[in-house]
Amino acid sequence: MVELEQRHSLEPLVLPRMGNRIWTLAAALSGIVLILLIPVASALMGQAGIAPDFAARLLPPDWAHWFGTDQMGHDLLARTIKGLRTSLLVGLLASCCSVLIATVLALVATAGGRWADALVSLLVDATIGLPHLVLLILICFALGGGPVAVTVAVALTHWPRLTRILRAEVLQIRQADYVVSARHFGKSWVAITFTHILPQILPQMLVGLVLMFPHAILHEASLTFLGFGLDPTRPAIGVMLSDSMRYLTAGKWWLGLFPGLCLLLLVLSFDAVGNGVRLILNPRTSQT
Amino acid sequence: MLEAQNICFRYRAKSPVLDSVDLAVHPGEIIGLTGPSGAGKSTLGRILAGHYQPASGRILVDGIFHPPGFNPVQYLHQSPVFAVDPRWTIGRIISEAWQPDETLRQAFGVSPAWFDRYPHEISGGELQRVALLRAFAPQTRYLIADEISAQLDPLTQAQIWSVLLKQAESRRLGVLVISHDMPLLRRVAQRIVTI
Repeated sequence: MVELEQRHSLEPLVLPRMGNRIWTLAAALSGIVLILLIPVASALMGQAGIAPDFAARLLPPDWAHWFGTDQMGHDLLARTIKGLRTSLLVGLLASCCSVLIATVLALVATAGGRWADALVSLLVDATIGLPHLVLLILICFALGGGPVAVTVAVALTHWPRLTRILRAEVLQIRQADYVVSARHFGKSWVAITFTHILPQILPQMLVGLVLMFPHAILHEASLTFLGFGLDPTRPAIGVMLSDSMRYLTAGKWWLGLFPGLCLLLLVLSFDAVGNGVRLILNPRTSQT
Repeated sequence: MLEAQNICFRYRAKSPVLDSVDLAVHPGEIIGLTGPSGAGKSTLGRILAGHYQPASGRILVDGIFHPPGFNPVQYLHQSPVFAVDPRWTIGRIISEAWQPDETLRQAFGVSPAWFDRYPHEISGGELQRVALLRAFAPQTRYLIADEISAQLDPLTQAQIWSVLLKQAESRRLGVLVISHDMPLLRRVAQRIVTI
């Protein structure tokens, strides 16, 4: 009897699944809105944040400049939004390419026999074995810098970890009883890859994309910081963060804080969207 | 005739699981296969269905090796949950093998209401019936039923076996029933082989 009463009193603490699902989808929706807001706001702003205004150098945040101004008198809010747009484009493009490379390599490794598997493993080990930044700088330098070079460099260096995960996942699915059954219903490996394997690893690909995105942006930022990446005069989060380092000791905290927080918010938005998509894609959670 | 000739199989280099095993299943014949756990019953079943390659010996399906394409020897799993893609609806799962007609669907007690549901949304007995219906494609000539009723309650067991036996008889399928359950084997099988 006492036990029953205790259970009863605990019940309101347990969140029903329905509420959880609605929260996840609401978070995903606000994530999409926030992400879409960046290019829209950036287009609406026009030239704001590009032209320097030396009368308004290093102003702390106030009502005229919500995020303050930098050492050249640029409005930091406008510059942050423009920078986020560049980061969004570079990060998204590079991570998508990386996920694509990882998926193709994982499929080749699992379907192509022992030699293909050994070759892919060698590629993965070689790329993981090299220091990340060295490879990034090499590729970026070889391609002459700029947004395209940064995107290519980031895309070509971020696939190994995900390749390993996907390879293991695909190996497991290929052994699954339902794939064996499909084989004995006369389905080809190509058909099985598209109907059974790819839908099954889609959540891993999405999680990989979401986790890779901040890496891509931060590596873009570090490449720019080291002078191999984007043009330092154009607004980019990496440029702004590296600039802020010089003024941090002088007490100009707003230079790094607001762009950094916005980058964090963007990454969190991606995480929320990824979670929402995963929820919808899984039949076990999409209905209940 | 589904023939296993001189089959040897080993999972590891030493101790072979199966050593020179011969077995034949004729069309329309229902054979029970029993034996202690780990004796290689399921392994033999999977070799007969072409899932595993034997270390030596050969499997002949009506006189020829396993042909590519649709396998005339279909293997039925103990737990159908693993034999269906969890992300597919029941309708898609069945149509992966073939499109059953209305009478056969009703004979197996598969409701069309399940067709847009997912495997976790119907019960184990219902899913086993779906798996049976899926395996009864026109090209199927032999069935390996590996403990297909072990996880079901007695009523569902009886239903599944009665429909399977009736359909197998009308289609003259050869069935290998693998089970620990001797009363069941005595009831359904014409001949019992102990491994």
